[in-house]
Amino acid sequence: MYVAVKGGEAAIDAGHALLAERRRGDAAVPELSLAQIREQLSLAVDRVMAEGALYDPDLAALAVKQARGDLIEAIFLLRAYRTTLPRLAESEPIDTGRMRVERRISATFKDLPGGQILGPTFDYTHRLLDFALAAERPEPPAARAQAPAAPAEPMPRVAAILGGEGLIEQENAAAAAAPGDLTRAPLAYPASRDLRLQALARGDEGFLLAMGYSTQRGYGHSHPFAAEIRQGRVTVEIVPPELGFAVEIGEIAITECQMVNQFKGSDAAPPQFTSGYGLSFGGAERKAMAMALVDRALRAAELAEEPQAPAQDQEFVLSHADSVEASGFVQHLKLPHYVDFQSELDLLRRLRREWSARREAAE
Amino acid sequence: MTVATAGYNFAYLDEQTKRMIRRAILKAVAVPGYQVPFAGREMPLPYGWGTGGIQVTASIIGSEDRLKVIDQGADDTTNAVSIRRFFAKTAGVATTTRTSEATIIQTRHRIPETPLAAGQIMVFQVPIPEPLRWLEPRETETRRMHAQADYGSMYVKLYEDIARMGRIAAAYDYPVMVAGRYLMRPSPIPRFDNPKLDRSPALLLFGAGREKRIYALPPHTPVKSLDFEDHPFAIERWTERCQRCGSGESFLDEIVVDDRGTRRFVCSDTDHCDARLANGSAP
Repeated sequence: MYVAVKGGEAAIDAGHALLAERRRGDAAVPELSLAQIREQLSLAVDRVMAEGALYDPDLAALAVKQARGDLIEAIFLLRAYRTTLPRLAESEPIDTGRMRVERRISATFKDLPGGQILGPTFDYTHRLLDFALAAERPEPPAARAQAPAAPAEPMPRVAAILGGEGLIEQENAAAAAAPGDLTRAPLAYPASRDLRLQALARGDEGFLLAMGYSTQRGYGHSHPFAAEIRQGRVTVEIVPPELGFAVEIGEIAITECQMVNQFKGSDAAPPQFTSGYGLSFGGAERKAMAMALVDRALRAAELAEEPQAPAQDQEFVLSHADSVEASGFVQHLKLPHYVDFQSELDLLRRLRREWSARREAAE
Repeated sequence: MTVATAGYNFAYLDEQTKRMIRRAILKAVAVPGYQVPFAGREMPLPYGWGTGGIQVTASIIGSEDRLKVIDQGADDTTNAVSIRRFFAKTAGVATTTRTSEATIIQTRHRIPETPLAAGQIMVFQVPIPEPLRWLEPRETETRRMHAQADYGSMYVKLYEDIARMGRIAAAYDYPVMVAGRYLMRPSPIPRFDNPKLDRSPALLLFGAGREKRIYALPPHTPVKSLDFEDHPFAIERWTERCQRCGSGESFLDEIVVDDRGTRRFVCSDTDHCDARLANGSAP
């Protein structure tokens, strides 16, 4: 007669065994290698690295494999690994002006120093399923693209071009305080822009996409132009204290997006363009663009704009952007809540008894 | 010290993180009921599964400790099993299901029926630490309200419950006032367990991982469930008794046993129920 949730131990072991089986799928189909995931599902790997906040394509590929392709689960796996890693050094700021560019487009100038480079993009593909890819041995694509080299001519960032004329606000990085780190100190509100950008860079792409989209539909409109999107590889340098000069430790692939937005001016500043900034590991262009829109929207308060829309509200955006937090808390609803529910039942029964008694007394 | 899992520190967290969390715990103990922000880490268990409680336990546990983990009062619910295994694996500590034998008890949603003793530490897993959150969603605003002890809106909410429904309609997570100063959310324990918080001889620690807050009730702290003189605080009561051990005093789980709505009631605290059975109690 007593049937409660017993046997938790056995259930967990059996559940894990089933999960491993499902992960492998049909054993007659060859197993995926990490190299295949890294090379052929590279945008999945990029997203996991970006939101997992750890640049390591091999570990990200492992996470994608272990998570059965569930990218939010893979991001969680990478985060839980990252959090145990020691901090050995802080890098120098990367210089995207010296990027080895694979793609660089501007929506604001038809031509500009360094030119427009379309690069590998889905943008002008027709979204027709390519059944040739379904064939067991598709033709290898014709090798034509040469590896991106350092630009033949300088490729200044569009913001710098506008800055020459004073048309855009000056970003004074040198005057800024040392950047904070929300993984080492709890986020307090209002959060400064460095911390907001960190939170957005780790934030869920889908959430930022929807938030950025909402600013385009009148919920905090900020009249954006994609001044520049550039994609490529940049070197990462550190300054070891015992050496005192910068040493190259490797390179990373990134996507950078700079939006420029109208600004009517305020008492303190003349009319000029303001900017929103997005940066992501790998080729996560949609993420970088959405991030730039949201970054600009979150600057409403500092630019003396009346914050009215959700995307301009930093507590709303930053508290809900993290997929690891959101996924955990939404899904914890499947954990047992027998006790709270029992209390609710008790309360509801009492309220109904009292309601009936009041009604009878009134009749 | 035995490290049971290669590549990881004792009890998973690195020592610097533990030190940071211990500092937050000390501050929380010094200011009972105040929510101390801390730089919560991602844990290998999901947010909402008890990451705050796990980080607190990982920071205070030593190799001599004996750990008990319960979820809904029971030691054998899957999440309790999973967390107990986590510490058995990463810290190699002894575990127990006996409340009286445990030095640290991590819990979700219940306080054991067996009274806690001096020297024991209870670690609560907290989903939403802010008692004012449903009244005011903004953290900037709720921190100001706590600083100024501006708790009028909570009393208004309780009054509105009485005006509309004739009684305070909070079944669990029933708000308490700590040492006459800070309004505190007791984590979603049923109001049945609220009286156990008052002047408890054990140290009670509360960890909210996703929200990155730690708060505490040091031993013997007065904790009062909010109420009004003409509407005093009251706990749940059952007309039924436990079908296994016959207890008429413990919190009962309701179990639906067939599709005609037949229900049976059993103790939510499995250790308490088993101990009563072993001592010869029966319905």
